[in-house]
Amino acid sequence: LGLALYAGSLCVVSGATFLYHDYCVIGAGPAGLQAAYFLQQAGRDYVVFERSHAPGSFFALYPRHRKLISINKQYTGKSNSEFNLRHDWNSLLSHDRRLLFRHYSRDFFPNADTMVRYLEDFASLLKLQVQYNVAIIHVTLEKNEQAWNGHYFLLTDQDRKNYKCSSLLVAAGMWVPNVVNFPGSEYVEGYETVSINPEDFAGQTVLILGRGNSAFETAENILGVTNFIHMVSRSRVRLSWATHYVGDLRAINNGLLDTYQLKSLDGLLEGDLEDLAIVKDKKGKLHITLRFYLENRNISAGIDSITLPQDELDNFATRAPYDRVIRCLGWKFDFSIYNRSLRMMPGKGNMKKYPQIKPSYESRGTRGLFILGTASHSVDFRKSAGGFIHGFRYTTRAVHRLLENRHHGVPWPSTVYPITQLTNSIIKRVNEASGLYQMFSVLADIVLLRENATAFEYLEEYPIGILAELEMQTGRKARNGLFVIIMEYGRNFSGADKDVFYYNRAVGEAQHAWQSNFLHPVIYYYKHLPTEREMKLRPPDWPLPRPDAIHHIVEDFLTDWTAPNAHILPLRRFLENCLSTDLRNFFAESCFLFAFTHQKLPPFCQQGYLRMQGLVGSQELRHHAVQAGLLQDYTHTDFSGDRPPNSHDGSQEQLMRDHAIPVRPLQHLVNAKDE
Amino acid sequence: MEAQKDRWVSSLVFLLFCASSIPRSGSVGLQQEPSPQHYFSGLEAGKASLAFFTPSVSPGAQPFLEQIESSAEALQDYGISVVKVNCPKEDGSRYCGKENALRKAFLFRGNRLIREFPTDALFDVNSVVANVLFALLFNEVKYVETLADLENIENVLKGKSNMVFAYVPATGTAEHRAVMEAAFVYGTIHQFVLTTEAALLKATSHDDPDVSSAWLLFCHCQRATDPAQPCRRTALGQPLTLLNIHRHLKLMGAPLVTEVAEDPEKVSTVHLQLGLPLVFILSQKQTYEADRRTAEFVAWQLLGKAGVALLSRDLVDLNVLHRSNVALKTPDEGMPVQYLVLEDTDEVVTLVEDKTKVKQIQEDEEEEEEEDEKENNNQDIQDDQVVEAVSRDKKRELPLEQVLVLTEENFHSSLLEAAWTVVLFYASWEAVSLAVLRSYSEVAAQLQGTPGVLLCRVNCWDWPGLCSQENVTQFPTIRIYKEGQQPVTYDGMWGAEELSSFILLSRVSCPLPLATVDEAEEYLRGEFPSELSSHHHTSLLGVFSTASSEAREAFEEAGNILSGHVRMGMYFEDDALALSRKYSVSPPALLLARSGGRSVEGIALSKHSVQDVVQMIRYELLDVFPEITVPNLPQYLQLRKPFLILFSAGDISQMESQEMLKLAKGRAQQAFVACWLNLKKTPVGHGILRKYFSTMPSLPLLLWVNLHAGGQVFKFPPEQPITEVNILSWLEKLQAGLEIPSSTLSEEDWKPPLPAYDFLQMMEPAVPELSPHPGDTPVPHPPQSPGGDTATREEPSQESTAEEVGSPGRDLRGTAPRLAARDKQGKRHGEL
Repeated sequence: LGLALYAGSLCVVSGATFLYHDYCVIGAGPAGLQAAYFLQQAGRDYVVFERSHAPGSFFALYPRHRKLISINKQYTGKSNSEFNLRHDWNSLLSHDRRLLFRHYSRDFFPNADTMVRYLEDFASLLKLQVQYNVAIIHVTLEKNEQAWNGHYFLLTDQDRKNYKCSSLLVAAGMWVPNVVNFPGSEYVEGYETVSINPEDFAGQTVLILGRGNSAFETAENILGVTNFIHMVSRSRVRLSWATHYVGDLRAINNGLLDTYQLKSLDGLLEGDLEDLAIVKDKKGKLHITLRFYLENRNISAGIDSITLPQDELDNFATRAPYDRVIRCLGWKFDFSIYNRSLRMMPGKGNMKKYPQIKPSYESRGTRGLFILGTASHSVDFRKSAGGFIHGFRYTTRAVHRLLENRHHGVPWPSTVYPITQLTNSIIKRVNEASGLYQMFSVLADIVLLRENATAFEYLEEYPIGILAELEMQTGRKARNGLFVIIMEYGRNFSGADKDVFYYNRAVGEAQHAWQSNFLHPVIYYYKHLPTEREMKLRPPDWPLPRPDAIHHIVEDFLTDWTAPNAHILPLRRFLENCLSTDLRNFFAESCFLFAFTHQKLPPFCQQGYLRMQGLVGSQELRHHAVQAGLLQDYTHTDFSGDRPPNSHDGSQEQLMRDHAIPVRPLQHLVNAKDE
Repeated sequence: MEAQKDRWVSSLVFLLFCASSIPRSGSVGLQQEPSPQHYFSGLEAGKASLAFFTPSVSPGAQPFLEQIESSAEALQDYGISVVKVNCPKEDGSRYCGKENALRKAFLFRGNRLIREFPTDALFDVNSVVANVLFALLFNEVKYVETLADLENIENVLKGKSNMVFAYVPATGTAEHRAVMEAAFVYGTIHQFVLTTEAALLKATSHDDPDVSSAWLLFCHCQRATDPAQPCRRTALGQPLTLLNIHRHLKLMGAPLVTEVAEDPEKVSTVHLQLGLPLVFILSQKQTYEADRRTAEFVAWQLLGKAGVALLSRDLVDLNVLHRSNVALKTPDEGMPVQYLVLEDTDEVVTLVEDKTKVKQIQEDEEEEEEEDEKENNNQDIQDDQVVEAVSRDKKRELPLEQVLVLTEENFHSSLLEAAWTVVLFYASWEAVSLAVLRSYSEVAAQLQGTPGVLLCRVNCWDWPGLCSQENVTQFPTIRIYKEGQQPVTYDGMWGAEELSSFILLSRVSCPLPLATVDEAEEYLRGEFPSELSSHHHTSLLGVFSTASSEAREAFEEAGNILSGHVRMGMYFEDDALALSRKYSVSPPALLLARSGGRSVEGIALSKHSVQDVVQMIRYELLDVFPEITVPNLPQYLQLRKPFLILFSAGDISQMESQEMLKLAKGRAQQAFVACWLNLKKTPVGHGILRKYFSTMPSLPLLLWVNLHAGGQVFKFPPEQPITEVNILSWLEKLQAGLEIPSSTLSEEDWKPPLPAYDFLQMMEPAVPELSPHPGDTPVPHPPQSPGGDTATREEPSQESTAEEVGSPGRDLRGTAPRLAARDKQGKRHGEL
């Protein structure tokens, strides 16, 4: 048998030998290891290729100043492990409780070396199949009708060894530095290599190109020793606490903003780097000028002949010469290893650093090729957290689930509950789910209703970009309507120029919940699964098309949405009205009464009391219910005669809407809706 | 009800609209004419107008003019214009010249003067409208003073058309106006006759009438064939208002008996539309003629109160008792048609009249309630009894010292500490969980000191991983973990008593193998095992011979399923035959010792599938004549049979109990559940009776409740003693459809108690792109002031905000040419 297996995994195609695996993963960074974990758990045939000798080689070098800006919260006051992942941005998902980042570092912003150590442990403790020192240098396709996707992926490593896979998961990250070419760019130092010793910058004047976290991190490091630092980039600074996007400038790095706005030592400027030019004078100082001036002069002439902006405009901002210019412009995806037949195309506009993918994370050019990890961020760039560990650990799981369904007939995991559990299921998830919270507006929980709305099926963390394909992608049926549960920030609340501290920014009342600004749960109700077309025509900036009904759970200061009246009650009313049923809980005594006075019972009584699981309730509770007017106390009734005509017991009526028997009907309660 | 009122109001409005579409000149309200010449030259032939003449210099306020002015609009509806003509100072003509003409109003048709009205006849709007219409409708409305006049008119009309006879105490009243307005619409159809003579009123009504209130009769003269007899009359039983008269005339105009050949649920007639019930006389081919006569007779009796239809049963497939002869359909939507067996036409009339009475009371109450509701109709008020009760109780600290808190860390080690570890999985935010937690704390107190039992709890909100690992997907869940065995999930009532009994029973293996015959006998007496001796449960003993291993396995498996709920023992020693013979059964068999083993029943165990055995055991454990309580009702409901239930104020008497027991054990046993309810022990029974009866009936009370089919409730005649014979004969009548149900269970679905916040609707104005058809719906633009900044009107998207709005110092490409052009304006420090 061993021989047969060996033969099976060795394919001989036109003389070259291929090692075969169902799944090949390129890169053993966080995303690659995360994917490997799920493949391993599912018992799939997979291999991970890592060009370095250890996992997480990017973190071995970056960030240069070694401080991770992903939070590692030790304490939340809660023991709920799922909830705590909301504030743990470094751990990968696994069943092993040892592999939580807080066991590795006590720092709120941990050191990057810890991440490397963590990833090494993750790979070894979980015994993931990683082949180190294998750099894939070429990927091409081999057509084959038998293959899962109509073709195999052929991979070649640096030693010309070949591998063949049915599905290719690219988790190679973004590691090719972004470089801008302009006259004088040869004088620019790159973030990758620039010294991180502040001593080297003492008494210098520094210009930094770029305005991301790496630029500010670099500035922060040398802020105290330089004469001054100027930073230039195309767009205005985007503060992550204003944009609610973790990829924008984080407060931990923004010390330079302080010195700029307070004492005008250091400064920020906006301008397109493409129009820039740098000239070096005889003393080695670097002067800023514009490409425009260079184009109008005789190249051969010396530095003195170059027009500088201050010659014409004597208060030009960057007229002072610089000692050093540092480029901190971020990274892009390495497109070079993919054969043209894979049609691996860069995105458009500000997405050009990313490969083009669908909302299912599958390449637009090649079926069966999925992009994982930070390179898959084009799906939610500048919106959610898909480019970061705390986000892509969930999108990677989603891709794995899609693959399980597509290739192995394992439908998307789901749990079936009776309809009485609907409110509870949603409340439980919005309060603890981390995937929904991190990947807000990208991953959604889906409630698929069963016929007659007596039961429902709960699917977790499905990518809403492919909602229209839900039946095909999950193997579940959505014939009787569905709820989509996502988290959202308020519209027009986030933005680089928004004041996020204005008075009355928070909504407190449930009836104004739709105006909530901070991250809060939103539930969309559709009678039918939205079609591809409806998804395409959805309003701009909307994650989903117009629903048949929508509910916002009002934002909460503690992100604790368990308040009975402000959170749960309005949600129940919403669900009741979508399903056209009564989802209240009743004590057994009420169910007993209904059983004798109604031909039909409310779902809670049907699914509980009638199955001999009625809620008897303690003496105190029933007493409270009586006091609240929601339960009638019959113990002291005299049955001598009529009810006195004036004994208005509205509460009892509320409970017992009944038309057939001549006790004041409350038809107007029902009619109110039609009017 | 509201809807019906609307319907007939709208049809009236339509009639009035027709009437008012008579061409009219000028706008609504009072017209002004500069001079008499001008006024007379403008009069159109056939057009009525009411004019009054005032000197241009008014000699002082004339109050009656105000009344005329305010009636202008009302008269406009009838095509009558009201004109104020100014008299020039020196005018001495007929209308302006004379002093007393100025104190009168003049009614013209064309330029012909019809009537002068003295001002004291026009004291208010009603009098103006009544008098003007009275004058105009001179031919349509006959005024009579004597009975002879009335009889003359009646005789002339016989066989031709109907007559509407109205008595008003005085002309110019609101009632007079209502009659005249009705005459305006119906005057061409019916002959209207009016009187103010009290003597005439007395002559036309039977009892002593109140002469101070108006009175209207509809006289069916068109049908009258006998010249000697007066026409049949139907009085309007309500105050004389235009709406009531209109309604009455509509009803009189409807066919006396409607013949229908479709499902009564679908039938709709003018009666139902006007909010009156419709009585169906169920007819058959053989008796059609007689039925038709009955229907007509009833119809005359009910004229104005209800409609009558003749329904041919041969044409419609009705799923009702064959004996039913009358059906009643009420105008309330969603009320099913009632089918009845009535013996006398009087019963039909009484039935309808009672319904109407009840409804009127209800209507009054409803109005009050609507007002209440408006204040109380708050979506944000908790209407879930469990949630509200739990939140009112949240400040009380629960006595949970006896309940061990489990975590992910100590869960598995704690399970090893006791023989039986009971674990409540709950969520600290979930109301039902918290309600159960309260009962759980009571159980903990009760079971304190019970050896081997440890009560624990896991808060799944703290330990979701543990809960999902234990496969707990719903809250609350209670599991009993026994060493080395699969945990048992509790599936009984969430009450302290039930739970503690479950836990205690679970300690003994189920079924419990018994070693000797003596032990088996002790077991049946409830003395063995000692752990359960304090427990009064029915004991069940399976007796098996060595041959019947298949049955034994099924029994053992059934024991696993029923563990905790049933006390089960098992005896399969060699002398099993001797034991079974003692109870005259042959193995495999079940021995059943109810309450302390006073009597032991033997039942042959013929079925061998686990499911069947479970089913059989459950069935056998049910009592023959149980007292129904809140916890045990579901077991009996599962039989899906009608209930014959005796409501009793306390314990039932020996006699009743015996009679009922006889009945329950008798031949009818299969068909229904005979049971009783102790109102003292189960006070919620009062709630049931209140629902069934508007007045509290006397107790004890025997009811037949069709819980699962149709929902009818029948009341055993209270005057008869409750004996087996009486009940059986009553049941026979019931089955034959000879009894009328006292009440019917509501068929209503459980709809949402209150609406939700409609966020979609709230969002639409703020988020225009959300509207259903972005192309079709015009987005309302705010009015633009000239020179207003249109560019800022559209809220730019998040992306463009950063890049476009913040542009002054942004684009280097734009900067360079400007620099070249020596444009020094607007440069900022933030720009290169």
